[in-house]
Amino acid sequence: MKNHNNSNILESPEFRMAIIAISVFVLMSLLSPERFLSSQNIISMAFQFPEFAILALAMTIVMLTGGIDLSVVGISNFTAVVAAIILTQFASPDMSLQASILWYGGAIFAALILGAVCGYTNGILVAYLGLPPILATLGSGLVFTGFAVALTGGSAVMGFPEVVAWLGNERLLGIPVPLIIFIVLAFGLHILLSRTSFGLKITMYGANPLAAFFAAIDINRMLIKVYVVSGMLSAIAGLVIMSRANSAKADYGSSYLLLAILIAVLGGVNPYGGYGKIIGVVLAVLSMQFLSSGLNMLQVSNFARELIWGSLLIIVMIINSTNWIKQKKNAIKPIKSS
Amino acid sequence: MKNWFPKGFFSRNETLVAVVIIGFCIIATISDPLFFSVTTLSDLLRASIVMGILAVAVMLVLVSGGIDVSFTAIAVFAMYSSTLIALSIWPEMPWYIIFAISISIGAALGAINGILIAGFGLPTLIVTLGTLSIFRGFLLTFIGSERISALPPEMREFSRMMIARGTTESGNFYSLPWAFAALILVIALTWFILQKTMLGRAIFAIGGSHESARRIGINVKATQFFIYVYVGMLAGLAGIIFGSMGRMADPFSLVGWELSVIAAVVLGGARLIGGYGTLTGTLLGVALIVLVQNSLIVIGIPSTWQSVTIGVLILVGTGLPAYQAKRAAAKSA
Repeated sequence: MKNHNNSNILESPEFRMAIIAISVFVLMSLLSPERFLSSQNIISMAFQFPEFAILALAMTIVMLTGGIDLSVVGISNFTAVVAAIILTQFASPDMSLQASILWYGGAIFAALILGAVCGYTNGILVAYLGLPPILATLGSGLVFTGFAVALTGGSAVMGFPEVVAWLGNERLLGIPVPLIIFIVLAFGLHILLSRTSFGLKITMYGANPLAAFFAAIDINRMLIKVYVVSGMLSAIAGLVIMSRANSAKADYGSSYLLLAILIAVLGGVNPYGGYGKIIGVVLAVLSMQFLSSGLNMLQVSNFARELIWGSLLIIVMIINSTNWIKQKKNAIKPIKSS
Repeated sequence: MKNWFPKGFFSRNETLVAVVIIGFCIIATISDPLFFSVTTLSDLLRASIVMGILAVAVMLVLVSGGIDVSFTAIAVFAMYSSTLIALSIWPEMPWYIIFAISISIGAALGAINGILIAGFGLPTLIVTLGTLSIFRGFLLTFIGSERISALPPEMREFSRMMIARGTTESGNFYSLPWAFAALILVIALTWFILQKTMLGRAIFAIGGSHESARRIGINVKATQFFIYVYVGMLAGLAGIIFGSMGRMADPFSLVGWELSVIAAVVLGGARLIGGYGTLTGTLLGVALIVLVQNSLIVIGIPSTWQSVTIGVLILVGTGLPAYQAKRAAAKSA
């Protein structure tokens, strides 16, 4: 890893991502200057991206271990549906403010615990049962989504007290609340990954599981913690989505799964594990949002957006892949020679 | 007694899935005697044609150590564009030419996956996630997003061709279309490739270990390229059959099936790390998923629990062997 930090900063995937983010921003500003640069657009973008950006963070931490979490959207919908059911069962729109805040707090708490439990389940499946992460999270994702469908019968849950809208739609000191949540989470995750021993263990395991095992890292515990963090981040994303949509449903944000993987990979996270920086992910999120809003203003259909996202993913993969192959070779060599 | 069965018969996924299917059918028959009939059988067989062909394709990819999630997008792309081609240049086009066009389009799209995976050496899951949205986005943006219900007459004709049809004594109608023969043909061809050709050995070998396969002189890239083209062809075939049988070319259909199909294949015992997978297992997996999708209600589970049931089946069906393998590895270490 040290090699990478010392190597030319111009060659790092984060630097490339910064260039992409800036060029997309400039391009969109040039194509529709009045509308793209309007304060209204900037603010609406700040409200839009945190929900999938948080899911991308959840994907990132799992990808750093060389795994993937296909259950993020399932967890966020499941937890949001449970929170929504708590709110509709026990609270009502015409409740006093204090009581509804109390119930909202309770619902958020329940959602976070549930997210942690879902993540813990994934962790057990991957760490102790030895299921490949793709399969474990594919299966558990279906189960979580399925629970959400079974709880709601497939329809949306609505009718919340007004405070629920605060999380997704209000501003604090002029800054949109979802953006604040995202900044706090991204910064927290950055610290967790770069300044704690837990973060170092994740990177070591992702770079070379066998070496991590011989370095006496408690791999099972580490993996479970990673999936719990991912599950809780997904739950937070679910709460933001619920607040913004003012309802909860089993199939909200189904396109976010691809988007979360796309953003993590665009941000320079190595899908084989072992390398990735939060700053890269944040830059990737910004590029995607600029692209998405810009295309929206240019009246490009949603389907074309999907096409552009897919192409971007493949192109960035091709550019980054040369680096990954180099890194992987470097990581494997010491074992073979010993 | 045990000698009657091949070694490891009782711990194999195929056995587990078969037992679950039989158990399901017994419970279903007890709760509703009408379940056990030719009509149910023909319904289930008909429902498993498209999924069966797709599952065979996915199985091949899994055996080679990769994964493909773009096959549904290929199928719908091939189906929709070949229907459009037929309608615009020769509406009376015989069905086999339409099928050939669809298969060729599928092969071309599969080749794109093949180039990215074999040529650039990119991770299969991420490439196919990308191409899934590229194919679908391209289809809906540039080719069309309208449902076409006025299909070329020959396609409708194809869906009416029956191997067997009739009415049971109790007055229930049953039918088995010729499309089912396509599934049989695909199974036979894939069985032949996997078991009787060097290409098939090469597919298993690269699934076991890329590096070892390369060192014994297998052309890994060419084999991978073939796999994704073949998957594209099967997807094209499945797509056009789906369109003909549904009597509608719907560009929004099929995409979203990928996880169910992968679930069926994985349930059948194919391993995601590659090198292992059987056609028998895959077909049993398809049968189970089709049963769960169509008949869950018969055994008293509401259909809203369908996705939970499939998820639990995947976790149990793949968790047990994975856990056994892990314990075996721990013992030997």
